Amino acid sequence: MGFLDIDNATKSYGNVEVLHNVDIAVEEGEFLVLVGPSGCGKSTLLNMIAGLEDITTGEIRIKDKVMNGVHPSQRNIAMVFQSYALYPNMTVGQNITFGLEMHGTPKAEREEAMNRVAEMLQITPLLKRKPGQLSGGQRQRVAMGRALVRNPDVFLFDEPLSNLDAKLRVDMRTEIKKLHQNLGTTIVYVTHDQIEAMTLSTRIAVMNGGYVQQLGTPKEIYDRPANLFVATFMGSPSMNLIPATVRVEGNAVYAELKGGQRMPFPAGIDGLSAYDGKEILLGLRPEAITDPDGADRHSTHVETVESVVTVTEPAGSDTFVSTELGGTNIVARMRADADVAPGQTVTFAVNMEKAVPFDTATEKRIG
Amino acid sequence: MSVSATRPNPVGRGIIYLLILFFALFYLLPLYVMLSNSLKPLSEITGGGMMALPQQWTIEPWLSAWSTAQIGVEPTGLKPYFINSIAMAIPAVLLSTIFGALNGYVLTKWRFKGDTIVFGLLLFSCFIPFQIVLIPMARTLGILGLAGSTGGLILVHFVYGVGFTTLYFRNYYAAFPTELVKAAQIDGAGFFQIFWRILLPSSGPIIAVSFIWQFTNIWNDFLFGASFASGDGAPMTVALNNLVSSSTGVKEYNVHFAGAIMAALPTLIVYIVAGRYFVRGLMAGSVKG
Repeated sequence: MGFLDIDNATKSYGNVEVLHNVDIAVEEGEFLVLVGPSGCGKSTLLNMIAGLEDITTGEIRIKDKVMNGVHPSQRNIAMVFQSYALYPNMTVGQNITFGLEMHGTPKAEREEAMNRVAEMLQITPLLKRKPGQLSGGQRQRVAMGRALVRNPDVFLFDEPLSNLDAKLRVDMRTEIKKLHQNLGTTIVYVTHDQIEAMTLSTRIAVMNGGYVQQLGTPKEIYDRPANLFVATFMGSPSMNLIPATVRVEGNAVYAELKGGQRMPFPAGIDGLSAYDGKEILLGLRPEAITDPDGADRHSTHVETVESVVTVTEPAGSDTFVSTELGGTNIVARMRADADVAPGQTVTFAVNMEKAVPFDTATEKRIG
Repeated sequence: MSVSATRPNPVGRGIIYLLILFFALFYLLPLYVMLSNSLKPLSEITGGGMMALPQQWTIEPWLSAWSTAQIGVEPTGLKPYFINSIAMAIPAVLLSTIFGALNGYVLTKWRFKGDTIVFGLLLFSCFIPFQIVLIPMARTLGILGLAGSTGGLILVHFVYGVGFTTLYFRNYYAAFPTELVKAAQIDGAGFFQIFWRILLPSSGPIIAVSFIWQFTNIWNDFLFGASFASGDGAPMTVALNNLVSSSTGVKEYNVHFAGAIMAALPTLIVYIVAGRYFVRGLMAGSVKG
């Protein structure tokens, strides 16, 4: 039983079910990120928690109280919208205290709360201004102030950073994380940006097509994706998927690539030996394929392969190198100063400890 | 780029201004005729000096038109009918604007099943010619006991206007971010609080549009006024007609001119005061930003 329980919740519009049996229990103080492509149902789920959308079947509970049919204002939640949704006719101060005013808080208390929040977010000099006179980052802060002032049980964020420019987005990301660490509040955060999801969350729910594809910590999601969708959606550049055939020889299990190259799997991948002779997809993150000098020295399963470089993309911190492995185009991540050029034949070190095998038919992870 | 491209030559500019001035004066001619003739004695008009400025200035025609001229059979002047028109136009404008705003709010922010049909029907009322509803409306007013009264006229204009005002406000609020309404709901504001505190304060331009449109139509209406309010209850337009087309005695053209200006003055003032919002409101939502 969590702090915020989403219990077998579904959402239908007419006969069309857009959210299918979502089950998520959020503990107090958790930072849950709902991530997925457009139309995956993440915003719908957030609106259901907020009470802006009805729950078709199932239950949503906050602090063990059933929230189905409870008005948004009675759920003790606060929401930050993508467009910030600041009231254009009110000053920043009025925007922040509007909710308190609607809940009948006396004026003196409202002022005190407003000043406390304004100080925390460093927007005290802006209190008398109208939203139209603020920059994007300032509006973002005011929107957060409006949410913070109510001391809600749960904060809901609906893609709050997607209207900011790239640099400000990174700054605000850090600030939201800092805020969460300082206040220890429970947050549900919707985004389509997998980097935001990875950096902010304590847990991630990856959604697609109205289903929760995987629920887990950022590390679990990244290292042990449940299926091909999660594997390719999370991570940039996305995971390399190389068709291979499983070969079992005694205790050792190999992935045999097209062209005969054999890559030994580490021990302990459940059920992999049952695929003996069958086709699988070998998932390798770009950072698992690198130059031999940059390879993980703690790994016991580093294989070297030689291949011709087709494209190099220096990104400053790393250099992404496109090449071919087992008949498939792949991307490797090398050190920034790795000396490679297109057309060269280069030795790549493949860290098989990070390899993730997938069933080609069910698209699920093996093991 | 040459100099002449950035700074037009003075001769060309002078010609443009002359043309503009010419047309402005040309279109102001009727006003000049009305004003100058309303300020001269009748003898100067009948003497053939209609285009001339008054030789002997007088405000007598204005006073006569306002308080002593023969309207129908009573020598009351236009004053009581002017008051009738005010008493009819202001409540009708306010009612139709408020209900149009409420309709627009519900039709965009509280969508319900069949809302587009309701909107379509309201819109339909904009295209019904006045003449078609005369008899059913007369019957309705009779049943309600409002026949021949200012109250009846208010109702007619309110019902007729609400289709237009709903159209204005619906289109305006369609561009109003729904997230603001959601945020206010989470903040705990109710249906009317959201309307009063969030939507209405941002509706200045469209309120001006609705106000000008409704006031002009209602003030200038003749057909409903002549059909549903007779005698003492008649609005300004009907009284003006009675003044001008009375068939007894001498035609006092100077008094008629003064009366016609009086009848046109309120709409003129509304345009001057609120006009700058008019275009802004009509354009709102058409361009992002």
